[in-house]
Amino acid sequence: METFKGTKIVNGIAIGKIKLYKAPVYEISEELVSDMKAELDRYNAARAKVQEDQSALCEKEKAAGHEETAGIFDAHAAMLDDDDVIDEACKEILSEGHTAEYAVSKGCEAAEQMFLNMEDEYFRARSADVVDLKNSMLDVLFGADTSSLQGTEPAILVAEDLAPSETVKLDKSLLLGLVTRLGSSNSHTAILARSMNWPTLIQCHDIADDWDGKFAILDGYNSCIYIEPDQKIIDELSAKQAEDKRKEAELQKLKGQPSVTKDGRKVKLYANIGGPKDVKAVIENDAEGVGLFRSEFVYLNSKTDPTEEEQFKAYKQVLEGLAPRMVIIRTCDIGADKTIDYMNLEKEENPALGFRAVRICLTRTDFFKRQLRALLRASAFGNLGIMFPMIISKWEVVKCKEILNECKKELESEGVAVGKYEIGIMIETPAAALCADELAEEVDFFSLGTNDLTQYTCAIDRQSASLEPFANTHHPAVLRLIRETIEAGHRHNTWVGICGELGADPTLTEDFLKWGVDELSVNPKSILPLRGNVRNVDLSNYKTESPKAEEKHEPVQAPKQKGFFGRLFS
Amino acid sequence: MKEFTYVITDPVGIHARPAGLLVKEAKNFKSTATFIKGEKSAKATALMKLMGMGIKQGDEVLVRVEGEDEEACAAALEKFMKENF
Repeated sequence: METFKGTKIVNGIAIGKIKLYKAPVYEISEELVSDMKAELDRYNAARAKVQEDQSALCEKEKAAGHEETAGIFDAHAAMLDDDDVIDEACKEILSEGHTAEYAVSKGCEAAEQMFLNMEDEYFRARSADVVDLKNSMLDVLFGADTSSLQGTEPAILVAEDLAPSETVKLDKSLLLGLVTRLGSSNSHTAILARSMNWPTLIQCHDIADDWDGKFAILDGYNSCIYIEPDQKIIDELSAKQAEDKRKEAELQKLKGQPSVTKDGRKVKLYANIGGPKDVKAVIENDAEGVGLFRSEFVYLNSKTDPTEEEQFKAYKQVLEGLAPRMVIIRTCDIGADKTIDYMNLEKEENPALGFRAVRICLTRTDFFKRQLRALLRASAFGNLGIMFPMIISKWEVVKCKEILNECKKELESEGVAVGKYEIGIMIETPAAALCADELAEEVDFFSLGTNDLTQYTCAIDRQSASLEPFANTHHPAVLRLIRETIEAGHRHNTWVGICGELGADPTLTEDFLKWGVDELSVNPKSILPLRGNVRNVDLSNYKTESPKAEEKHEPVQAPKQKGFFGRLFS
Repeated sequence: MKEFTYVITDPVGIHARPAGLLVKEAKNFKSTATFIKGEKSAKATALMKLMGMGIKQGDEVLVRVEGEDEEACAAALEKFMKENF
């Protein structure tokens, strides 16, 4: 048995024989032709054929709902229509008398070099698209049949590299997994592999010709491939693969199912996202909305302060892409550990307790207003919730709403459409949780940020390894604050969600539902497993009336250990 | 001759997919549109060269349109830029 490392693109396990995928290598002749007109016709015919193919691939991907990969082929078709490149090729053939093959190869090599020399990684990766088009055109000109490259039985495909149009043309029923020597995680092939969920390894530098036909196991979890694996590995990974398949099938069954307990209590399962690129994951995992869209990415991805227009585009894209689902966008939460050069924030002794989030926004109102205007403009394109982070006092909420209304009036006087939206706040400080009754009067919803709430309640830095013995993610103080926040919200018709890590904790789902939580927002991949948990909960034996005053101060859950905290609360 | 300037707001700059659409848009007109940034320039119908200019977020580009339908072409391209870049 031999083991080789690579970089995984997709988790998962593939077991089977290896098929070495070798694209033909063409020799380009430098001989000159006499019938230049005929040669130009060959060139144009090849270009038209490849363009037609690329457009067909684009339509095929569109029909399959793969917008991102459809875009690749749409761009390819446009690249083939490049006037400059065509003019150059015509010159090579008509003035110099070169062959169509020569013209294709020379034109594409120049473009490939141009992209390779570019600074930006995105553009460098476009050189692979040029090579793809070159090879496709040469395939046509040489009359090569590329359909048999995959063999006839299901296999793990091993290749030097795969061009997008090669990848998309692969017969999926014959493909167990994919291993390439080259490729980057930004390449279109990686994008395709992710969207198809193929176990995939790239940058596996040890690929050898003699792998062809050998039995192998691709282990995406450990980023490696075993060639002729031992029986022990075979047994272990076969079991893991079967378990994956069983779990996946179960999760898929939950798509389209309501998130409802056995006794009929519904809860909204929303997703946490970081930007427009996550829209697809929200839909694929059947999330019912977005409970936390961290707007920081617009600030962190930009070298300069992002304009209203830039922000508007990003928000609109998400709202439109997910309509009619609700999308809750949290206003800027930078500061503390997330510093940005152009903000010129002072270095702080104690950043977690420092100048961050709404504290910056209420100090630098011009900066805040740019974001609020962008959000209000985007509200016309979907179902928006605007959420303010790091609140401790009621006046902050009142002030945020005041500025929001100011922006709304401005936009309306400018004749810009503003849609409907809900207003909410994060409950992530003990102060906010304890004042939840007063805060609830001001807003439509609360969202409990359990990570910060835990850190601030227990005075424990989550990043610190030496504090681990003292940390308890289910600390009764935190759970009590969560429960009381939910109750306070409901007293004022304010709905309450949880968007921190605890929201996805399966051991707490039942408690949260008992306490009446209205929404749980988790990362997209956790949506379906969480729905499975919710559907297994039965609250019919649980009394729904709120606990009596004396019961209310009982611990909501016995602490795990009877240490200091345990004694304190039991 | 018509000219307008535009500051790119798209985080990736002039990237493949919308650039492809831009080429299609430009081909609807008889006029020649040229994108200019510093010393570099490319015709709006030359996708590779256009992408090769490495136009990034925050860059200001000058678009020059010359031809019989330059008025309409410039207006259409300006609108397209605002919507896509």
